[in-house]
Amino acid sequence: MTAATAVAPPELDRGRMAAARATLAVAWSDPIGRAGLVLLAFSVAVAIFGPIVFPFDPRAVGKTAADILRPPSGQHWLGTDELGRDVFRETVAGAQISLLVGLLATAISMILGTAVGLSAGYSRSWLGGLMMRITDFFLVLPTLPLIIVLAAVVGQSLGVIIVVIGLTSWASTARIVRSQVLTLRERVFVERIRALGATDWRIATVHILPNVMPLIFANTVLVIAGSILAEATLAFLGLGDPTHTSWGTMLHAAFANGATSRGAWWYLLPPGIGIVVVVLGFTLIGYTLDRILNPRLRNR
Amino acid sequence: MSRGRTRYLGTKLAQVLITLLAVATFNFLLFHVLPGDPIRLQARAGNLQPADIARLKELYGLDQPLIVQYFVYLRDLVTGNLGMSFTYHQPVADILAQRIASTIQLLTLATVLVLVIGVAAGVLAASRRGSRTDAGTVTTALLFWSLPTFWTGLVLIFVFGVWLHWLPISGAATPGAHFRSPWDGFVDAVRHLILPTITLILVDIGQFVLITRSSLVDVMTEDFMLTAKAKGLSGRTILWKHAVRNAMLPVITASALYVALVIGGAIQVETVFSWPGMGSLIYDAVLRRDYPLIEASFLIFAVTVIAVNFISDLLYMWVDPRVRNA
Repeated sequence: MTAATAVAPPELDRGRMAAARATLAVAWSDPIGRAGLVLLAFSVAVAIFGPIVFPFDPRAVGKTAADILRPPSGQHWLGTDELGRDVFRETVAGAQISLLVGLLATAISMILGTAVGLSAGYSRSWLGGLMMRITDFFLVLPTLPLIIVLAAVVGQSLGVIIVVIGLTSWASTARIVRSQVLTLRERVFVERIRALGATDWRIATVHILPNVMPLIFANTVLVIAGSILAEATLAFLGLGDPTHTSWGTMLHAAFANGATSRGAWWYLLPPGIGIVVVVLGFTLIGYTLDRILNPRLRNR
Repeated sequence: MSRGRTRYLGTKLAQVLITLLAVATFNFLLFHVLPGDPIRLQARAGNLQPADIARLKELYGLDQPLIVQYFVYLRDLVTGNLGMSFTYHQPVADILAQRIASTIQLLTLATVLVLVIGVAAGVLAASRRGSRTDAGTVTTALLFWSLPTFWTGLVLIFVFGVWLHWLPISGAATPGAHFRSPWDGFVDAVRHLILPTITLILVDIGQFVLITRSSLVDVMTEDFMLTAKAKGLSGRTILWKHAVRNAMLPVITASALYVALVIGGAIQVETVFSWPGMGSLIYDAVLRRDYPLIEASFLIFAVTVIAVNFISDLLYMWVDPRVRNA
């Protein structure tokens, strides 16, 4: 790395903050994007402040069989679960795990997808071609069976789930980044910088990457939505982390204990609505950003 | 067949074979190397003596070097030997053969309906771009896109099965029922199909609506659309004969990728509705850690997706002359 890159980060950071603010403004300017931001703000507020106002104690089980799967009442706003615990507080507690897994898995997916897409697009050697073959391989693998198989073989901790979702969802990002880099690397400004003696690393990271960032950002938001759905599905299928309460593990317990056939709608609906609100929030924002920022789609 | 066409076909075929080999290798590494050997996995259940383990290792060929095991594994795959299930104590290939028809039935019906309804709704939205119909269709599509498949199934079971008692909620047929006529049996089967199919349609239709709409909007801004209008063609002819036909390429790509997605949907829907197919099979196999069964199911799913993608490449060649002559 050169001395110039060592000085660059603070400036870049300021640039990125401004870019993030600008992107939020873009999303806010569209009614669909605004609805997404409102849903997301609500979910984040519930995840941060909910457990402080309505703490959930997983050991606070019912004392008698009569406390199990009770319908909503003044004491339990959304009734009780199969162990007699408060469904409302449990749902509030689940927001944190869903958002946490979604964000961390997406971080892995984004870093991997951007790195592969950037180098595959920028490199003119056989290595770039090989990377794209690997990307296509991951793109055609059926994701859910792959996640299930990995989780079943490797284990069921929260860390494993995050890594598995991250490792199985990067391929589409790599494709999007690569196609953008392919057009950018032919631009005149890249030629000029190269003539000035910049290294490939510097051209790729300092000059090309920032130009791909808006698209990566729009894609990130959609990947978060997918990761949250993946965690919920994995947990529902009994492959979640049994030591943490998430909306997926709640629905797994509800299904395994016959909440549906026993008519316990208060146990079935809240965790599912939680998933839909969070995922819809990210989907609406991602759709809006993609529509506005994607150069191919701008006239829509 | 032109030379360009043959070359295209040859390249695609070579790519498919390499991908298949990669999937098989990936599977081998995952199940034979990563979690330890199959004997240790089996030994978790019971108390195997070291002598028994040695004998079992010899029986399964696990005393051989890894590379030899790999080639034996490939030979077994090619000859259709997928091993023995831990829990069913039957050859895995036989179990899969019993289950696969139900899944194909469910997924074919759902896929056809998703494509037809999705494309129609996308065309409707694009042809009235900017209208209230358009905004409503897009918003609904995004909402459906955000629904978790398994939960949508559970809610439908609750509303139409438990609450209204309109439709059966589990299995592919009423167990132990004797039908007076084949027609009654058919009606019973259709009634069992309705809720799982609707679940898959609801959660998967959104992306086809959005892809069709955006692709069509793109095409409608192109110059040849103006030419068609100038020729005095009717709005309907322009829309269906000129615009929709040209907008179908992204939809074909999405349909091929959709197979990977709908397999995930099948696992969830079959689990929720106790549908006797491959999806509920892999769910049960995961719960009981029946590794040979999980491994083979995953392989079948992956091979299916690769095969469908190959077919879509062929379809591309047929639809788009630019690919043919490239």
